[in-house]
Amino acid sequence: MYPSDYRYTKEHEWIKVSGDTGTIGITDYAQHELGDVVFVELPDVGGKIKAGDVLGTIESVKAVSEIYSPVTGEVTEINTALTTTPETVNSDPHSAAWLVKVKLANPAEISGLMDAAAYQAFVSEKEASA
Amino acid sequence: MTSPTTTQLRKTALNAEHRRLKAKMVNFGGWDMPVEYSGILSEHMATRTAAGLFDVSHMGEIEVFGEEALALVQHVTCNDASKLAIGQAHYSGLMTAQGTFVDDLLVHKISDKHYFLCVNAGNQDQDFEHIRSNNRTGAQIENAGGRYSQLAVQGPKALGILQGLTNVPLDSIAYYHFTFGDVDGVDCLIARTGYTGEDGFEIYFVPEHSEKMWSDLMDAGSEEGMIPCGLGARNTLRLEASMCLYGHEIDDTTTPWEAGLGWICKPNKGEFLGREALVRQKEKGVERVLAGFEMNDRLIARDGCAVWAGGKQIGRVTSGSPAPFLKKNIVMAYVPPEFRASGTEITVEIRGNQSPARIVPMPFYKRAK
Repeated sequence: MYPSDYRYTKEHEWIKVSGDTGTIGITDYAQHELGDVVFVELPDVGGKIKAGDVLGTIESVKAVSEIYSPVTGEVTEINTALTTTPETVNSDPHSAAWLVKVKLANPAEISGLMDAAAYQAFVSEKEASA
Repeated sequence: MTSPTTTQLRKTALNAEHRRLKAKMVNFGGWDMPVEYSGILSEHMATRTAAGLFDVSHMGEIEVFGEEALALVQHVTCNDASKLAIGQAHYSGLMTAQGTFVDDLLVHKISDKHYFLCVNAGNQDQDFEHIRSNNRTGAQIENAGGRYSQLAVQGPKALGILQGLTNVPLDSIAYYHFTFGDVDGVDCLIARTGYTGEDGFEIYFVPEHSEKMWSDLMDAGSEEGMIPCGLGARNTLRLEASMCLYGHEIDDTTTPWEAGLGWICKPNKGEFLGREALVRQKEKGVERVLAGFEMNDRLIARDGCAVWAGGKQIGRVTSGSPAPFLKKNIVMAYVPPEFRASGTEITVEIRGNQSPARIVPMPFYKRAK
């Protein structure tokens, strides 16, 4: 379910690192909790962000959810297709619905994030208590 | 996301069925209820274009019996129940002495000596206590929520689907009328009422038949496109149809005049709780009125967002959501009467930004007859 080469946050973002670039999205668990996504607001390209900063907003019919950046860096690209097809966040959260690409300022931050097994355990615990 | 423990929550007779269907469950007014099954958008669209099946057994029922039944109903509610024929229902307000809402409700006249009230789940006990404490004439009242399951079959195909399970000629039941009859082998109160803006029925029956009723209705309806619908779609459907929701548009600080519910407020019927205050407010004029508006861009106003005009805050959003059928972002809020005219430009504060919107006529959605 959760790609083994991604890292994950407790706020249900994922990041895939390739060279000095991190691609960020939200997890399948997050999209399921939100329900039908109808609006995605992303940051400007070129913006500097710190780990923990609000990177954007995802709205479902029922709820608003902030997206927090797992890393520090500069936004190099945003997924503009989500403006017209926000529902991709529901149908393909781990791939086509990537949100932003960030040039990593401090690649060491990645090691502080959960791996797939740890994230799976984290959400299993949440589901069990639901 | 919070997941409250479910142990102390009340459950409808269909709780296990909802969990089998993998519904997302939430605490709604102290009840463990399905908010969505396949998704709010698909459930909303199914109800507008085919049919939706809703478990609304959390809704409360209060029954009033005896020679003084009408007098008590008249005393605590603002609509004129003396105008109801046997087999007819109407929308009404349970009033405080200040003319504000203890709750909103449906009043069904079963006979001259028997009225059946359907009230909000979270208000049932306080409603009963309010009616009991104002029962000066000795009517018998029963807090009867535990004796009923309630299912709503709503949408353009609702009648055809429900007709498959009953010999009662459903097309002979007029809108906001009801009858008693056998549905799927179970005695039911069958009412042509709903909270979606569509044609449809709400049926009330003893809880032990709930699972069979649900599955037989689904068997009859699924090939017509009926799907199970949760409280999420119930909310977007009622908002598109501009129906008030207790705790949002109406509560014990709002009056029928303010809420645009003058059509259920009948001071000429004689004495009732809140009548004097309501007559005074009518003479004086209201200071705020419920208005509907559409966002001009893609931002979504949510409950509680501040509404601005002319550089000052004029109100707060009572309900705001994407409207799945209309494909617009719609809002209800109280504003001073001078802003009520259609076309008036206002803004809504969303995450610190002023997002433009304009007043539009309500209802936002009205089905073709």
